[in-house]
Parts: sequence; C-alpha cells; structure tokens
Amino acid sequence: MSENTRTILICSGKGGVGKTTLTANLGIALANSGATTAVLDADFGLRNLDLLLGLENRIIYTAQDVLDKNCRLEQALVRHKKEPNLALLPAGDPRMLDWMKPEDMKKISELLSEKFDFVLVDCPAGVEDGFKNALAACQEAIVVTNPELSAVRDADRVIGILNTSDIEPIQLVINRVRPNMMASQEMLSIEDVQEILSLPLLGIVLEDEQVIISTNRGEPLTLTDGRSPAKKCYLNVSQRLSGKDVAIIDPKNESNSLKDKFMRLMQTKVF
Amino acid sequence: MTLRDLINKLLGRETASANTARERLQLVLAHDRVDMSSLTTDLLDKMRKEILDVVAKYVEIDFEEVAVSLETEDRMTALVANLPIKRTISGEIQFKKDVKNDKNDKDIKK
Repeated sequence: MSENTRTILICSGKGGVGKTTLTANLGIALANSGATTAVLDADFGLRNLDLLLGLENRIIYTAQDVLDKNCRLEQALVRHKKEPNLALLPAGDPRMLDWMKPEDMKKISELLSEKFDFVLVDCPAGVEDGFKNALAACQEAIVVTNPELSAVRDADRVIGILNTSDIEPIQLVINRVRPNMMASQEMLSIEDVQEILSLPLLGIVLEDEQVIISTNRGEPLTLTDGRSPAKKCYLNVSQRLSGKDVAIIDPKNESNSLKDKFMRLMQTKVF
Repeated sequence: MTLRDLINKLLGRETASANTARERLQLVLAHDRVDMSSLTTDLLDKMRKEILDVVAKYVEIDFEEVAVSLETEDRMTALVANLPIKRTISGEIQFKKDVKNDKNDKDIKK
C-alpha cells in the first residue's frame, strides 16, 4: 500500500445533503490540480456517482469483478475523458446487495492506493453496514452536513462512530449554505454547526442552482468554465484539502446587499 | 441577546428561527450522546464489581463510599471511579484517602 495515498471517506449520515456532488466536484478539482484521483462509489445499492460525472454509459465492470478476478483493475476503472487524471470505480452492482464485507472494501482501497494520490470514497447514507464497509477502507473522513436540524443530528451520529475508529483527521464541510438566510438568522450559522459538531471546518459550499443544472448535464461544476458560487467553494475545499493555506469562504462576504448588511447589524450583541 | 432579538422582544414578535433550531438541536444531541443504554445498567454493575475485586486484592476499600460512574463531556466519555481506601492489605492503617481513577474510554457512544 502506498504511504502517500490519501483515502478519504465522504459521509453524512443523512441522505441528500450533497455527498455525491461533493465527491464528484472534489474529484475533478483534485485531478485538475495534477493529482491522480480515484472516486469509489461505495453506495452500490443506489449508485449515482456515475451519473454526476456523466460516466453512466461507460461502466462495464465493478470492483466486485476485480476481486472475483473477472477482470483487471485497469479494466474496471472508468477514466474521465475530459479529466484523464480522474477515474471512477463503482464498488458493486445494484443487483448484488449483500456480498460486500469490510475486508473487501479494504482490499479495493489497497489496490487503488497503488495507482492514485487521492481515493475519495462516496459513502452510502445511514450508519449501517454500507457505511461501516466504506469506513473500513479509509484513513481520513469528510463529514458533509447542511445547516439544518436533521442533517446536523445525523452527522453527529456519524461522528460518534468515526471517533471510535482510528480515522484521522475528520473534517467538516457545510453544504447548501444560504448567506442571506444566515444573515437574517433564519438558518443555523456556520459557527453554530461547527460548535455543535466540534470538528475542524474544511470548508463551506453555497447553495447554487448551477449544481442542479450541472447534474442534468453530467458535468460537475469544477469541470465547467463558468463562474458560480458553488464552483468557487468546491475549488476552495479542494485546495484546502490538498494542504494549501487558503481561507475558508465566508458567507458574510457572499451576501452584500444592503438588506443583508442591515440584517448583520441586527445581530450585534447588545447584552 | 442580539439587537434583533431585543427589538423582537419589545415588539412581542417571535425570535429568529436559528435560535430555536440551535436550542432544539442542543437538547436532542445531549440526549443522543448519552444514549449508552447498553452500558448504563447491567454492564456498568458488572464492571464495577470486577474493578472492585481487582482493587480489593491490594487494598481494603470502604465499600460504603464507592462510586463508579460514567461522565460525558465534549464527546469524551470517562469512567470515573472513586474508591476510598481504608488500609493496605499488609494491615498498616492509612488515612482515608481518595483514589481517583480516570480511564478515558475512547468514546463508548454509538
């Protein structure tokens, strides 16, 4: 196993908070910065990473076939045409739900670590077997959450489990941030979420309609040329993940209408 | 209290929902985090007995005063045992003193 490979679990507990979108965008961004990157879809019951990357028609084999010696690893890896440093490996087929064990996932991640600088593991929602399998394959974790009650609560459960493993570091990404709702105190603030979960903050991602559009097209935002709030955030997270000393994007600077400024003034502590 | 809260209060309006969210979340998490139902009852008793057995091999303990409990703070759960010692086994009478035994059980939480 290569010592320099970073195998990172991307998990959340709750579904629909943006794990897969983050995995796809980070994968592209890291690959684009020159690091060879593999994204492993550990959610083989309901896999979607292929769709987000626009690779759904190119999957022939899965990691399962590699372990069963039906094919070589190179054959199962789906290289991205526009970003050759990135490869997708689906863990398994939706039709075979319960063959996989933590040891299998470990073997797959060891195989991948021989070839890649980064391995991002897109974890299934929940805290059951699928999550524990994915966990066994990783050394680091990124917990994705939204600034809302149910997502933070589920993230807390996941963090509780991660803390009993030897995963280190565990970092937090707060997704779907709406600066103007935070300004008017109708959404949990970044500080609130971070304080409650007591994890180091890797970054935030702003709510952005472009995410939906890019999903429709099967082209992650970090692959496109345009400028969009979420793209800027994904790039920021990717840089921070690879150790660059850049500041976290502050939602306060992302909403500068007069109304938001006034709303922030209203947050001044009076006593 | 923020300026906004103050104005809301003066006008008799509801406070911003982020505060409500934070308070509800803190309550529910406090509950979630101490949910160690498997450890709190039978297992804790069993563990207490075994710890006492071991310690009793070396010193005589004041069984009336023994307290073993789990304390949770900041994601860390600690087993805190307070075992007052009466005397050592060799018979030498000691002053009653507290032995505080902190074992940082690395997060037993679910």
